[in-house]
Amino acid sequence: MADLVNLTIDGKPVQAPPGTLVIDAAKRAGIEVPAFCYYEGLSLQAACRMCLVEVEKMPKLMTSCTLPVAEGMVVRTETPTVAAARKSMLEFLLANHPLDCPVCDKGGECELQDMTFRYGAGESRFSENKVHKPEKQWSPVVFYDMPRCILCYRCVRICNEGMGVNALGIVNRGVVSEIAPNKQDHLECDECGMCIDICPVGALTSGAYRYHTRPWEMEHVGTICAHCADGCKTTLGVRNNQIIRGNNRDRSGINDEFLCVKGRYAFDFYNHPERLQSPLLKVDGKLEPVSWSQAIETVAKKFQQVREAGGKFAVVGSNHTSNEEDFYLQKFGRQVLGTGNIDHHRTGDVPALLDALSGKTGKLAVSADLYQRKAVLVVGADLALEHPFLSFQIRANYRHHQAHVYVVTPRPVREDAVAAVSLRDACADVFGPLESLRAKLAAEPELVIVFGDVVKGEAVRRLVDFGESLGIPVKYVALVDYSNSRGAVDMGLLPDAGGLALPEMLAAGDLDAFWVVGANPLKAGELRSRSAFVVVQDMFLTETARAADVVLPAACAYEKNGTVTNVCGEVQKLKKALGTMGTKPDLEIIGLIAREMGAAPVMGPWTAEKVFDEIRRSVRGYDIPVPVVAAGGAAQTMPVNGRIPLDGRPDLIRSARDSLFTSGTLGRYSKVLNSVVESRNNR
Amino acid sequence: MLYNEPSPHEVKVLTRRFGLENSASLDTYLATDGFKAFKKALEMTPEQIIEEVKISNLRGRGGAGFPAGLKWSFVPRNSPKPKYIVVNADESEPGTCKDRLLMENDPHQLIEGVLIAGLAVDAHAGYIYIRGEYRYLIEIMDRAIAEAYSCGYLGKNILGSNFHFDLYTHTGAGAYECGEESALLESLEGKRGVPRIRPPFPAVVGAFQCPTVLNNVETYCAVPAIIRDGGAAFAALGVPKAGGTKLTCLSGHINKPGVYELPLGFPVMKMIEEVGGGIRGGKKLKAFIPGGSSCPVLTAEECQDLTMDYDAMARKKTMLGSGGVVIMDEDTCMVRAALRIMRFYAHESCGWCIPCREGTTWIRKLLQRFHDGMGQRSDIALIGDLAKNMFGRTFCPLGDAAAMPTMSIVEKFYHEFEDHLDGKPCPYEKARQLVMA
Amino acid sequence: MTLSAELEARFDKLLKSYPPGRQRSAMIPMLLYAQDELGSVTPELVEEVARRVGVEPLQVEEVMSYYSMLHRKPLGRYHVQICTNISCLLTGGEELWQHACKKLGIGHKEVTADGQVSLEEVECIGACSWAPALQVNYAFHHQMTPEKLDRLLDSLRKAQ
Ligand SMILES: Cc1cc2nc3c(=O)[nH]c(=O)nc-3n(C[C@H](O)[C@H](O)[C@H](O)COP(=O)(O)O)c2cc1C
Ligand code: SF4
Ligand code: FES
Repeated sequence: MADLVNLTIDGKPVQAPPGTLVIDAAKRAGIEVPAFCYYEGLSLQAACRMCLVEVEKMPKLMTSCTLPVAEGMVVRTETPTVAAARKSMLEFLLANHPLDCPVCDKGGECELQDMTFRYGAGESRFSENKVHKPEKQWSPVVFYDMPRCILCYRCVRICNEGMGVNALGIVNRGVVSEIAPNKQDHLECDECGMCIDICPVGALTSGAYRYHTRPWEMEHVGTICAHCADGCKTTLGVRNNQIIRGNNRDRSGINDEFLCVKGRYAFDFYNHPERLQSPLLKVDGKLEPVSWSQAIETVAKKFQQVREAGGKFAVVGSNHTSNEEDFYLQKFGRQVLGTGNIDHHRTGDVPALLDALSGKTGKLAVSADLYQRKAVLVVGADLALEHPFLSFQIRANYRHHQAHVYVVTPRPVREDAVAAVSLRDACADVFGPLESLRAKLAAEPELVIVFGDVVKGEAVRRLVDFGESLGIPVKYVALVDYSNSRGAVDMGLLPDAGGLALPEMLAAGDLDAFWVVGANPLKAGELRSRSAFVVVQDMFLTETARAADVVLPAACAYEKNGTVTNVCGEVQKLKKALGTMGTKPDLEIIGLIAREMGAAPVMGPWTAEKVFDEIRRSVRGYDIPVPVVAAGGAAQTMPVNGRIPLDGRPDLIRSARDSLFTSGTLGRYSKVLNSVVESRNNR
Repeated sequence: MLYNEPSPHEVKVLTRRFGLENSASLDTYLATDGFKAFKKALEMTPEQIIEEVKISNLRGRGGAGFPAGLKWSFVPRNSPKPKYIVVNADESEPGTCKDRLLMENDPHQLIEGVLIAGLAVDAHAGYIYIRGEYRYLIEIMDRAIAEAYSCGYLGKNILGSNFHFDLYTHTGAGAYECGEESALLESLEGKRGVPRIRPPFPAVVGAFQCPTVLNNVETYCAVPAIIRDGGAAFAALGVPKAGGTKLTCLSGHINKPGVYELPLGFPVMKMIEEVGGGIRGGKKLKAFIPGGSSCPVLTAEECQDLTMDYDAMARKKTMLGSGGVVIMDEDTCMVRAALRIMRFYAHESCGWCIPCREGTTWIRKLLQRFHDGMGQRSDIALIGDLAKNMFGRTFCPLGDAAAMPTMSIVEKFYHEFEDHLDGKPCPYEKARQLVMA
Repeated sequence: MTLSAELEARFDKLLKSYPPGRQRSAMIPMLLYAQDELGSVTPELVEEVARRVGVEPLQVEEVMSYYSMLHRKPLGRYHVQICTNISCLLTGGEELWQHACKKLGIGHKEVTADGQVSLEEVECIGACSWAPALQVNYAFHHQMTPEKLDRLLDSLRKAQ
């Protein structure tokens, strides 16, 4: 960095790039200037006046949140004058505050509490009446308590700027000003809860969390959201073996503090009353609870019989299970059952992209690229609904770096609001619109192309050719649906040459055993092999589980360790937050079956760590640094993984097009997702 | 229409057409040197126009007194963006009622001033932001604008000069804060009247994010005279660092309240005695607000030997402000005055920043209780203390405007607060009640 | 929502008064002029104005709730606004206000039972040198006294 500005803050010499705000320069020098309204990444407000500092040669105290550094500037952040000013701001704030800390959800995590602790102003000098207004419920998940609100406008900004939703505003004037929702008395929005998390006080509280606990009574477990493929880190607050909330306030993980409605609230499927907690065995056409040992024994015995008889197996894996589980499952299928009939519900043409890029390096974008690269092209996807985090990244990129965004989609999308050009295509051929953008795109310094399932098979190669012909550095993202859709592909949950693909399995009349792990292919389809022995591992009695001979209750993503790979190929760690009685992680279930079949020596141990080691050694691209993942970070798989065979069946690739408020089977069992009005309005 | 008799002490520059028949019509305007200045300005370079305004020592008449020529010179000459002229006709500072008269009696003078400003900064459109309560003035201005368009003084190719300019009126809807320049611009853009972070200043990023000259009505109205008769002549009317005349609004306990055009530097006592005809009912002067309710209040003693100009007021730690002079006689309850003033600012605080939003309201509540006779001794210091805590720390100067009169009243009329202590009824009000009865 | 031809014309003119893409600027004038005709800012009007200037209704709500002249409930046919700010206070504005309340039997922002007259205690209306002052709708009345106020109110009643 050329030309750093030199200044002094609290006697420390500090250097910062021109344009840096004093509050940020101070922070980088280890000096924390308090602020309520200032929030990195959001527009400036200078409303709370907490960040006032003394600056030499300036007659008044200055707001460090709006003051850019200047050469030779001398700043003092904690003089008696400054402390007195802050104390007086707090006095003003507390004047009308209900001071109901003992029953406030924010207690212990409240910035107003912290500041009062630091500067005093705890005792009131007023005897006048406070303005009181009753608390309001704006949605099943958002409550607003006006008297606690300090009007820092963080919620309004995160909603308008961060989310692009514009569901919150400020009404009235002066001391009766308050935050208001977009539909008079309620909210219709993404229900993402970002406003709640960003609120420095207890004015916005979460319907899912309020009055359940005090923050310090929870254990905080950082893991990866179980829903879409964006792979947001969510920190689960766990108490008494219950998840009480999800957020990412520690800003760890690729998503910083971003979470959508699913990541924040839709963990609640784990304790849905219909959750399976015992293995089931079909006796006389009815599923009856049995012990684990009996269930495993039954499965192992049957698998063995079929194998010995040279029978036909088919294995369906999941978009939600961990890499370890996926790897273990396909290995079991191939090496123990001796079948190449392995598949999963394919949601995006990752193999075609990897194939088209083979021989090239540095071509796969990570989620940070969507925030950093100068230009982004979105083809055929409604990111705000299907990939909320990627959509958030693009908006932030536009806000902070004025990135050029290009959109080619069949319908209007939220990205239009930040787009330099938005084109509507008829879905059939995106290349017409793309060609019309060629000159503009070629003039960009760099580009990230994000494409949905409308581009698959040969079209992926064409798209890559198009990208590579622009003469600028281009990176790609092939969108997939679920938390480990990408891992399922990478781990090889795909048929061998000559092996059956999922629809073919269902259509085949001669299957002897059908094993479904964490998927629900019979929701829409039908299994023709009526006599096949069907084993299903799942959390719920899905359409497929109902048809099973043995149902094995599986642990969910929040109940196990392991890794998952997000849409951008970033590998992150699942960390076990709790256990549900009676369930087992799929990895363990598969391991138990293997042991029962005497295949343990082939399969090796079934701890997540050991399997991950094997993945690192044997799956191309997965030789990633362990410490990064172990520490809760994200490591991108090596760009190009040429191992996956192309079966030339792009017709099998179909995104489920989940919206913000649906999430396949998991979504059906989330009370919160189904409680918000938008889940009825959307799609 | 004139609402009060003129005074022989007036020096009529901006008000020279007041009282003429049909003074608001273009005919009258043209018959009395109207648009002469604009024609002259057409022959001048922008630099020359700005220089002339600088020479005139014209300082902003909206309250802050910033030199107008200097402000115009801040507009970036080579910006590719369009530039705008915005007229602040929000006139809401308590005690002030002068812009009303300028627009009512001589709207074309304002139009001409705006056009000259347009020439000076290469602007081609302007907006007159008029407070919503002044509906009749919007009608008067609209009529004048239509007249000017039809006679070729607005629109395309004005007077064959190739210069084009469009002028519009825009109504507010009840908000004092929208008189603050950046809040005004927000309001002009259809938003809540919340001030903007500055810098950038309007001269660089103003209306519609474009460079903008924003001045008070009276400031623009002075421009035709400056260009017509020369900046030096205008400057000579006033005092060294503040040229020309100031429309002064006398109100309160005075015999001849009214708006008078007086040269800057006019002695305060002479103004009260001779222009205003002295204090009503032969009473004594107690307190004096020189320029609208946001100015620190002066005592009678402080008014002796004081003149009406920016620097003299600054030396007394108060301001010339907007020219709203409020006279308070010996029977006035200063606690009540402080309360009424604070009630205004609490009502008008936009609510954006903490100290103003909460400060104005809580001080108002305290003063109310205090005036009602339920005060304690410690409240007096608390009121002053809270005002001080607000002062200089708010987002925009509204917080200061609320703090300054309060601080000055607590300081200078401390004993009146003491007289209200402990359940005593207001000792000052009785006299006044009798007057009214 | 159907508006009078006059209002339509005014809206058209307003929408043309601002630079391209800045139609939102017309919001406040539109609300005020429409309120003059409709009596108040109704939810339908909020929607209508939002649509015409191209914003969300919430953004209109934000604005309308800020400005003191915009109101949701209809006021009287004659809206009497009495200033009690400093200059008026010093010259009897407060007494004028009390007098009006007593005479009409209503208070701040209230309407007489027949819907004819409403009262509002307002901040400075820019008539300080001719105080105490009040406005009936948009018309100024200067140097008021309780007697003049009585006569004014009586004449309003007669004008019905
Ligand atoms: C709270 C507040 C209210 C103001 N109200 C007005 C007003 O009503 N009219 C006005 O001309 N200036 C008002 N001003 C001053 C303007 O911000 C601005 O300084 C002025 O319009 C600039 O014009 P001038 O330089 O010609 O005075 C106000 C300022 C503040 C802080
Ligand atoms: S001082 Fe603060 S709250 Fe008051 S008007 Fe200015 S910005 Fe608004
Ligand atoms: S104070 Fe009443 S009109 Fe100005």
